Formats: sequence, structure tokens, C-alpha cells
Amino acid sequence: MTPLLELDGLTKEFRGPGGARTTAVDEVTLTVEDGETLALVGESGSGKTTLTRLLLKLLEPTAGTVRFEGRDLAGLSAAELRGIRAGMQVVLQDPYSSMNPRMRITDIVAEPLVTHDAGYRGRAARPRLRERVGELLTSVGLAAGVQDRYPHEFSGGQRQRISIARALAPAPRVVVLDEPTSALDVSVQAQVLDLLAELQQRHGLTYVFVSHNLAVVRQVADRVAVMRRGAIVECGATADVLGAPEHPYTRELLAAVPRPDAYRARAGATGA
Amino acid sequence: MTRTLIRNRLALVALGVLALLLVAAAFSPLLAPDDPAKQDLLARLKPPAWSDGGSLAHPLGTDQLGRDLLSRVIYGSRVSLLVGIGAALLAGVVGAAAGLFAGFRGGWLDRVLMRFADIQLAFPSLLLALAIVGFLGSGLWNVVLVLGFTGWVSYARVVRSEVLSLRTRDYVTQARATGVTDLTIMRRHLLPNVLPPLATIATLHIAAAIVAEASLSYLGLGVPKETVTWGSMLADGQLYLGTSWWVAVFPGLALMFTSLAINITGDALRDVADPKAYRR
Ligand SMILES: Nc1ncnc2c1ncn2[C@@H]1O[C@H](COP(=O)(O)OP(=O)(O)OP(=O)(O)O)[C@@H](O)[C@H]1O
Ligand SMILES: [Mg+2]
Repeated sequence: MTPLLELDGLTKEFRGPGGARTTAVDEVTLTVEDGETLALVGESGSGKTTLTRLLLKLLEPTAGTVRFEGRDLAGLSAAELRGIRAGMQVVLQDPYSSMNPRMRITDIVAEPLVTHDAGYRGRAARPRLRERVGELLTSVGLAAGVQDRYPHEFSGGQRQRISIARALAPAPRVVVLDEPTSALDVSVQAQVLDLLAELQQRHGLTYVFVSHNLAVVRQVADRVAVMRRGAIVECGATADVLGAPEHPYTRELLAAVPRPDAYRARAGATGA
Repeated sequence: MTRTLIRNRLALVALGVLALLLVAAAFSPLLAPDDPAKQDLLARLKPPAWSDGGSLAHPLGTDQLGRDLLSRVIYGSRVSLLVGIGAALLAGVVGAAAGLFAGFRGGWLDRVLMRFADIQLAFPSLLLALAIVGFLGSGLWNVVLVLGFTGWVSYARVVRSEVLSLRTRDYVTQARATGVTDLTIMRRHLLPNVLPPLATIATLHIAAAIVAEASLSYLGLGVPKETVTWGSMLADGQLYLGTSWWVAVFPGLALMFTSLAINITGDALRDVADPKAYRR
């Protein structure tokens, strides 16, 4: 079976003022299998976000290709690309800037629906749309009735649930989660992670999960790719990469993370 | 605290003046005591009612052709409002569109539009308006067109800089990721967020356009001679300033209070639309 996502030699250079170049993503070759959670870890500035923007085709690569369901994104017409976008959704870190403050929750969650399904557009479709948004909100643990409210009426954790509901709306195959819980309190973070796991089970979702937090990564990821200065230095099963890191950089990362005791007990003596 | 109250009261007065102006413009035929064009050579340059030689037949006096000044000031509000609002609408639409595209699309479009704006800003706008009216010819709609065209740059710049910060918001990124078209993103996510600053600029521009129309008409380049405007009244009156001050002073006062009221309203609007209110 072809992998859901295939990145091949993916490179992105940014040209700064004065012509200085940064290679934010450097020849990344990577596959994401259907139904798995792949974590991208690495220090700040290592290119994780840029890599996700490339695979979502929000940025044009300097070189290399992205294939989704076997199709090269570069060769698609605008209409084909729009179709593919329904299958790839994104949840971002900041629960405050991820929603237009002037829109009601109904319209925020419904945006992907309205974009991809003409059956949800217009006044006549309103009841149907509200019902669907209600279902989506219920599935992330919120009351269907909250859809008439505005974003500022919700806490960070609730907003992140709303963002997840929106991402689920077009029934995507892959969801890119760029530090989805790092702005949340620890207890809320755990709840959101549980919700993500449950939704993955129920809908057979594939996650590309960007995180700083190796404890979280250990909990959610099947595989881990470690990024450094735009390149992937190590990639493999979570237990292998975090349990017995091969690359010195990974070891450094692990050493830098203050780990809870439970985690240390399970991980064994990997240096502290 | 007291400052806000005083400002609020001032804004209230300004709004009252504007309401009065709108009523005057909408119902000029009902409110004006006389036909603004009717000449009465036997009653030339009559002073206002409260001066020696004045009468209640002409509360603000008459001009050099014996036309009733109160009626002319009332009718003059029509052109002023039409030109002011028309120019602001035109400039607002053109400027907002330019700013949205320049800011959101970036690249060559941005460079071309903003270079164009820079070049235009290098000319004093009244001089530019004069040149274009000279080329297009005078007339009410040409004046609106010219004042609209010379005003778009400030709208475009403000919208562009707002859009530059809005376009990196996560909800815009998410909309793009989900396949929402650029035009829909502009309409749904960007335009509503730039409307408050747009409205503020519009009030300033309306006031400026009203004054500019008066200047053009004063120079004889504005609207046709038969149309009553405050600017042409001023032009008529300045010949008689030494002997019959009222001919120029009343349209001048109308112009001054209108532009003041609009400016004050604009300030109040800016306070209401304080960006802090929209943060988060
Ligand atoms: N639009 C851009 N223009 C120029 N340089 C950029 C741009 N976006 C990212 N970069 C640079 O690319 C590099 C990688 O940035 P990126 O945001 O992908 O890192 P990251 O791993 O997501 O970091 P963080 O953990 O802080 O989110 C950084 O050096 C950054 O400064
Ligand atoms: Mg990032």
C-alpha cells in the first residue's frame, strides 16, 4: 500500500533581507502511514512548522515533492488541490488567534464544510449546517448549544476543542497538529490529548504531531522524526528513538527535558 | 474619566450637527424659505435679520443678486454631502481593494500598487485634483471622481498594513489550509477587521473632500455655476467682504462646522474602534 503522505527531498529556503538565506527545511524525505501518529520534534527554529506548511502546500518548496494519497501536490490544478485540502486539516498552537473573533462558533466550525460541500451553503441549508456543527461539537466534548457564542467566551482548552471540531468537519484523513496543547495547562493538556486519541481511534485519523514536549510525544506517537537545522537526523519507532537514541542530538534533546519520575522509571537509565 | 465625558459630549454635539446637516440636505425644498436661485435685484446685499436694514424675509440676508442666503446655505449642504460621501465611498472602495490585494497577495502586485501610491503622494492632492479637473472638465460627478481618486492612497496604506498583520493570524492560515479562496478570505476574515480603521479615515476624508470641493468651486473649477455650493458662495462673497461680510461668512461657517463635526465624530469613532477592543 502507498503511504498516505510521502515527502521526498523536500527543501525550503527563505531569503532574508539583504539576500541572506536560511534553509528552514533541508532535503527531508519522510513517509507517513495511514492511521499512524508521526511526531516531529526538535528545538525551536529547527523547521518543524515550515515542514508542516510545505506538506499542507501553504508554502511552495524550493525543491522536492509532497505526495498525498500518491498524488504529487505540485502537479494539481487549483480545483484538484481544493479537493485534496478537505482531506488534510490543521490545528495550530495558539487557541486565541486560531479563530476569527468576529465569527460565531457555528461559522468557525462550519468553514471547511461550507468550503467543500455546496449542500451546506445558503440560508436553506442553515438548519442542516447547525445540526452538523452541533454533532461535531458534541464529539469533542462540548454542548451543541455553544455554537451561538463567540470565541472570547471560551477557555483555551475549550477553544482547542473547537479547533479540533473544525478540523474534523470535512472528514479529513490526516490532521496536522502543530503544538496543539503546548499553550494549555497540564491537566487540560491531558484531556485534549485523550480526546485526540479517542478521535483517532473512532475516525481512523492520521496525525502529524509537532511537539517540544517529549513526554507528550512518548504518549501519543507511533513514530518520531527528530529535526535539527531543517534536516531529519533520526526517525523511527517512538520507543526506539526515545528509548535508545542513536543520534547525539536526540540524546541532547532528551537530556534537556526535565522528565516526570514516572517517565524516568519507564524509560530506564538513558542519562539524566 | 471627565475627559472621556467631555469628549463624549462633544461627539454628541457633533453628531447632532451632522444629523441636522443630513436633514437639511434631504429636505432642502421643504426647509428653505425661498428658491435658492431666485434673484431679487431690489433686495441685493441685504444684511441678516438682526442687523440694521435686515428683515425676517431673509434671515441671513441676501447676496449680490438678491438671492436668499439661508436657502442657499441649506441647498449647498446637498452638494457638500454628496461630494464628501461620494468621494469617501469611491476612495474607500478603491483603497480597500488595493490594500487588501497588496497586503494579502504581496509580491509584484504589492510593489506596483505601493509604488503608484508613493508617486501619487508626492503630489499635493489639491494640485493633483486641479490638474485632473482641468483635464476632465468640471461637473459634480467629475469632482466626486477626482476627490475620490486623490484620496484612495491613505485607505490603501492603512488597509495594507492591517492586512499584513492579519494574514499571519492562525485563522487565516487555517482557512487557506482548508481551501477557502483568497477572495472569500478577504471578505470573511480581513475586510471586517479593517472596517473600523477604514471608517475613521472615511470621516477625515469626507471633511477634506467637502473643503476641497469648496476650494475647487471657489476657483471656478468645481460644479457648474448654477449649482449652489458653499465653495462658490464663498467665492461670490469674497468680493463683498469689506461691505457685506455675511455673503461669505455664512457659507464659511457652514463649511467650518460641518468639517469640524465630521472630524470630531471621526475621533470618537477611533476611540470606539480602539484596536485593544479587538485583541483576542
Ligand atoms: N516566512 C519566513 N521567512 C523567513 N524565515 C522563516 C520564515 N518562516 C520560518 N523561517 C525560519 O525558518 C526556520 C525554521 O522555522 P520554523 O518556524 O519552521 O521552526 P519551528 O521548528 O517550528 O520552531 P518553533 O518550535 O519555535 O515553532 C527559522 O530559522 C525561522 O526563522
Ligand atoms: Mg513551530
